[in-house]
Amino acid sequence: MTFDLAVMFAEELGSSLVMTFVSSFVAYVLGLPLGILLVVWAAGGIDPRPRVQETLGVLINLFRSVPFLILLVAILPFTRKIVGTTVGTKAIIVPLTLASAPYVARIVEASLKEVDAGIIEAAKSMGASTWQIIWKVLIPEAKPSLLVNAAIAVTTILGYSAMAGFVGAGGLGAVAINYGYYRNQVGIMWVAVALLVIVVQCIQSLGMWLVKKVDRRQR
Amino acid sequence: MEEKKPIIRLTELKKEFTGSQGRVRALEGINLEIMPGEIFGIIGLSGAGKSTLVRCMNFLEIPTEGEVYYDGQPLSAMKDAELRKTRRSMGMIFQQFNLLAQRTVLGNVCFPLEIAGIQKKEAVDRARELLKLVGLSDREKAYPSQLSGGQKQRVAIARAMATNPKVLLCDEATSALDPNTTKSILQLLKEINQKLGITVIIITHEMAVIEAVCDRVAIIDKSRIAEIGSVTKIFAGPTSKIGRQLILGDAAEKVEFGRGRLFRITFDGLASNEPVISNVILACKVPINIMYAATRDIKGMAAGQMIVELPDSETDIERVLHYLERAKVPYEEVGKDDL
Repeated sequence: MTFDLAVMFAEELGSSLVMTFVSSFVAYVLGLPLGILLVVWAAGGIDPRPRVQETLGVLINLFRSVPFLILLVAILPFTRKIVGTTVGTKAIIVPLTLASAPYVARIVEASLKEVDAGIIEAAKSMGASTWQIIWKVLIPEAKPSLLVNAAIAVTTILGYSAMAGFVGAGGLGAVAINYGYYRNQVGIMWVAVALLVIVVQCIQSLGMWLVKKVDRRQR
Repeated sequence: MEEKKPIIRLTELKKEFTGSQGRVRALEGINLEIMPGEIFGIIGLSGAGKSTLVRCMNFLEIPTEGEVYYDGQPLSAMKDAELRKTRRSMGMIFQQFNLLAQRTVLGNVCFPLEIAGIQKKEAVDRARELLKLVGLSDREKAYPSQLSGGQKQRVAIARAMATNPKVLLCDEATSALDPNTTKSILQLLKEINQKLGITVIIITHEMAVIEAVCDRVAIIDKSRIAEIGSVTKIFAGPTSKIGRQLILGDAAEKVEFGRGRLFRITFDGLASNEPVISNVILACKVPINIMYAATRDIKGMAAGQMIVELPDSETDIERVLHYLERAKVPYEEVGKDDL
């Protein structure tokens, strides 16, 4: 019995991590360029296109303001098109990614905005192109902040993934809901919650450790 | 002999910014020629437009009207790639240094070379050479946060010089530094100018900086050039109101210039151990402008003269002259042309 439970927890922990990291990865693939564009196209940015930038901003806000559960249901046809099913771990990754990408875009934007305008001006004075400024100045200089925010993003996405139970996906969140809420097995629910807490702590600590390792500002 | 052509020429330059309060004029009617090999100073109070002016020179700010010529070529006619290439022949340093915080000293100096597409090994060699020039060879592995302000500015200078520029633009480069460090940075700029023949353009609000290194100076006031000429000439006799204010200090503003009367006070050695001017000011409560002063040591005695301006008020002048008579200090009234 206890062994079965342990296997179950291990499996569900595994699918929680898969959902979280795959979604986070795809969310960054989409969100990072969007975040860069928000900064580069901003009025007073490196390549100002304020109109386009504002439109992009509104679109991103639009996606962000839809509650996750509603988004999850609303895009079911789209999910089916992409992954071929609307249930299970695969199916949750699509809405999870779509909900996270705009959020990632905003936090990437916030990180890149921290880069001192003077440094960008200096790079321009050296004849750097927009691309060179993005790759050689913006991203490397914002790296510590990008990492801090990535840790926050991943833990937030882990939180969203707890709602996966509603589409029949697994994960620790589903365990907590199915055992704790539907079957009133409070003990199992708390174990699932405790595991989630540990995972969040680990991700956060890993993020901070990385930041400390890469940031050259205070030594 | 072939006549020298200006390295940077500005014609009828005008720059306006559109902000929340409508159009703000930053520069107007700027005509300026900077000759190769000179150290040219641009001075003005904050908000006068001097930083905008230097940014127009490499098109970091694009002028609203007028033209900027670099080595005879108009910048506005250049395509993007061409403009970036031109910028590489103009190094720039800043008040806040603007070093890349996540790169080492060596990495910072290599940065412009990377941008210019130069091979890594060649870039590193060139960067080491420059760090030697600015005296920081032993700090190449340090990060900017580990350096002092003066060292950061030296790295910034090395970085600005990496692409072999013909011009070095310095935007308030010493304003964040203490007086001693300022001196050493100015010395370095002078060395670079003399050894490498690089034209240096210095933006500052400190007259001492201009005095220390510049050959010529332009005084900017309210978006326009108020005065321009050789530093020695302008220091000896500023003709604009702002020039007098910058060179002579605050007193020039409070006492109306051009209306007061001028007196020459002669120090013959007898009264030299007495702080005459301070005493006059304290005793008579009259503001006094020292327009010119020269004292020298002649056979162990101080001798010299001073031209002071007294406010245009009969009673004030009478009080001062009476005091001078009592103190046995010789004086005579002089005309404006005697300056």
